[in-house]
Amino acid sequence: MHDINREVIETFLYREADLLDRWQLNEWLTLFTRDAYYQVPPLDARELPPEQALYLVDDNYERLNSRIKQLLKGNAHAESPVSRTRRAVTNVMFALQPNGEVQVRANFIIHRVRRELLDVYMGRYDHILVQTDGKLQFRMRKAVLDLEALRPQGKVSIII
Amino acid sequence: MPQSFAGLVEDDQDNGLFRVNRRAFIDPAVMEEEKRTVFGQSWLYVGHESELPEPGSFVRREVAWRPVIMVRDEAGTVRILFDTCPHRGNTVCKEAAGKTKRFQCFYHGWTFNTRGELISVPDSAGYGPGFDKKNFPLATPPRVETYRGLVFMSLKADIVDLVTYFGRAKEYLDLILNHSEDVEIVPGQQSYSMRANWKLLVENSIDGYHAMMTHERYFIDYMEDLGGSSKDWESIVAPIPGNTGIELDSGHAVIENPIGKLPMSANAAQHLGKVRAELEAKFGREYTERMVGFSRNLFIFPNLIFVQNFRTVRTFYPASPDYLKVNAWALLPKGEPAAIRRLRHDNFISFLGPGGFGTPDDVEALENCQRGFAVREMEWSDISRGMKRPPTSSDEIQMRAFWRRWYQCLYPSYAPQMERPVPAQVAAVPNRRAA
Repeated sequence: MHDINREVIETFLYREADLLDRWQLNEWLTLFTRDAYYQVPPLDARELPPEQALYLVDDNYERLNSRIKQLLKGNAHAESPVSRTRRAVTNVMFALQPNGEVQVRANFIIHRVRRELLDVYMGRYDHILVQTDGKLQFRMRKAVLDLEALRPQGKVSIII
Repeated sequence: MPQSFAGLVEDDQDNGLFRVNRRAFIDPAVMEEEKRTVFGQSWLYVGHESELPEPGSFVRREVAWRPVIMVRDEAGTVRILFDTCPHRGNTVCKEAAGKTKRFQCFYHGWTFNTRGELISVPDSAGYGPGFDKKNFPLATPPRVETYRGLVFMSLKADIVDLVTYFGRAKEYLDLILNHSEDVEIVPGQQSYSMRANWKLLVENSIDGYHAMMTHERYFIDYMEDLGGSSKDWESIVAPIPGNTGIELDSGHAVIENPIGKLPMSANAAQHLGKVRAELEAKFGREYTERMVGFSRNLFIFPNLIFVQNFRTVRTFYPASPDYLKVNAWALLPKGEPAAIRRLRHDNFISFLGPGGFGTPDDVEALENCQRGFAVREMEWSDISRGMKRPPTSSDEIQMRAFWRRWYQCLYPSYAPQMERPVPAQVAAVPNRRAA
């Protein structure tokens, strides 16, 4: 077990962002526990659970795995060829829970460029991390967008 | 001299040829005319009564470029109010949704009740004897009607009533709505855009031909990941009984094909079996099979789509010839267990919407079509598929239905003819599976 401190959490988040910007998605998937979720809540009901609101993304591990395979295969046409992205993760806060989970909040700004069009995604991460075999992993990776509508972005075809 | 829109559509049924001039997708004059004749003379979807649970509940919407408030007044009546103060223009509804007894314009303080009546004006002594509050309500659309909870408005005062407008589409709308007696719009509106002409999304929403190509990652890869077969959705493209495209009245159309596996089919099998048994008890076996045995996309002219597989209601408007705004909702059965509700959400969002395995690739395709339209040397888009055979959902009769009505709106001298059915025995049906 490692001590959970700011450097450990920030290093985890920065490394994760780097993997996504470099489209190293298989390696990125190893950051998830098998019971993990990747979620993007709806823009107009950001605090409701997925049983009560139509999320933009509510992937369990299996569907996340399918998503990654598709993105790497080349038949996810919105990302074929892939976008260029650059992520800034800031304002990292975390709290160690009695059950060993780490609640992490952070701000994100993602710039996405494709076919000379620039789209911006910004919001807040609301993660739950756990330590397995001395390594941090996502049990919940939630990206809460500040956008009121996906206009002009149109889609969340990249991992946000 | 007024602009002429003659020649934008060519409909040659004798030779099985149908094409649309690409000017229809790029010319700002076409869009201005659409505002007047297509959107200005149709019934337009506003929302669903379930979004207004109590007296005073309201949602703010944009319908045909107009800010509107859909509100349930104190007496329980659903009303549509135009959101602009009759004084000087400010919008009076600040929140996207909520509950209220009154709408107050913060600019000068004019205040309206949920029926839209002006109830107070600050310092009313400043107005002369001719000023009567009765003469300053919030304006309302000329026509508002509801069908089974679906609320529509029209800007055309003398339009036919809503059910007459639906025509034969009512039968298919009922096939979708009869799935559940009590339904509600789920929180979580999908609000997105495409850098493409809105009519491309009309075509795309009722286009079986693109499904296995554009959406291979869903219909083949994801189905296999779910433990299903890549052949599960061949019913979209195979010329088999029940795979049809149908031209309805007044530009409405529907595509149907025998249903394949959906993400929730296995996980919710027991629940879905129970639902089916209840439907059979109510509607009989034959009608129930028609309801649940088919995948069905229904298009109501000019801009409303029901995707039965996912219980989707979707509408959209152009902001400019090359940019459209979409709003979509899930209309789901009320009162189901939370776990089933989540499976229904999963079912919807694994394909449809900004984060699904389907929609983003449609966005990509439509935006690239719009890029392609810059090639003015390529004047026409071909929409003649299936004109000389009994049409399947992967043919294009349903798009021709739209285009015929659309062309009539822009060029009233055009008298659209519905397609004559092709007798099955003379139709050459190539075996697409072998292709």
